[in-house]
Amino acid sequence: MQSRYERNVPALSVAECALLGAKRVAVIGCGGLGGHITELLARVGVGHIVAVDGDVFDKTNLNRQLLSETALIGRSKAQAAYDRMQRINPDVEVTPVMAFLCEDNAADIITGCDAVVDALDNVQARRILSRACEKAGIPYVYGAISGWVAQCAVSMPGDGLIEKLFGAEPEITDKSVLSFTPALCAAAQCALCVKLLCGRDVQTGQIYYFDLLNMEFETIPMM
Amino acid sequence: MIEVRLFAGLREGRGKVFELEANSVSNVLDVMKHFSIRREEVNILLVNGFHQKPEYELKDGDVVSLFPAVGGG
Repeated sequence: MQSRYERNVPALSVAECALLGAKRVAVIGCGGLGGHITELLARVGVGHIVAVDGDVFDKTNLNRQLLSETALIGRSKAQAAYDRMQRINPDVEVTPVMAFLCEDNAADIITGCDAVVDALDNVQARRILSRACEKAGIPYVYGAISGWVAQCAVSMPGDGLIEKLFGAEPEITDKSVLSFTPALCAAAQCALCVKLLCGRDVQTGQIYYFDLLNMEFETIPMM
Repeated sequence: MIEVRLFAGLREGRGKVFELEANSVSNVLDVMKHFSIRREEVNILLVNGFHQKPEYELKDGDVVSLFPAVGGG
């Protein structure tokens, strides 16, 4: 076992570390959530990461997006994810996809993945991704943030969690995001993802809800 | 009585926990109307800890929890 993973153990077993190295995960979005998620998955040792984003950095990203830098304004977010993961852990095979997820490319992007992590910023794309994951039989690790609030969940193929969550067209009234909110949400999503990849028990059909303003944490049953 | 718990941004200008007379509201839509909360503002709606529809008929002792939409990334 490589020394870079020594501190994974015993929180993860040596066998689980080896298992993670053989797994492929798609991270859809390389912004606030995706920057942290790609970082955390690369450091823990997920073997292959598909980093997807058609966007480029602008100055409004700098308050929260780990991958954003003043020198990278106007540059590709997916490329920045690739570059950073190469610097963090060159053993991780990274496939950058400089495209926005849509009906036409969703199935191709997630093909062969063991899990998909949602780092999107809109409901429409989440519906597309959820349907694609369901069709491909791939677990979907949902995450979303607003202001001081984060929520995440694991949706297994066929459970309809995302459709239930976004059945009615919701209105997002708070478009702000603080620096620490995506960090917390991404950490929770990655913990769920690692547990999934390692074959550990993961509670599905429920939303984990974090309100950092009031320091309230709720587990919300959705089924 | 119906206990109403509001979460995150829904508390702004309103508060956190309330009690309504059971005969003053018939369903969760009435609760939202009472607090001037539009349907689109609510993403997750629980009654007694379980996901329900806004039309859910309320009875004395029910606990309603309303969570706002969270959609960024």
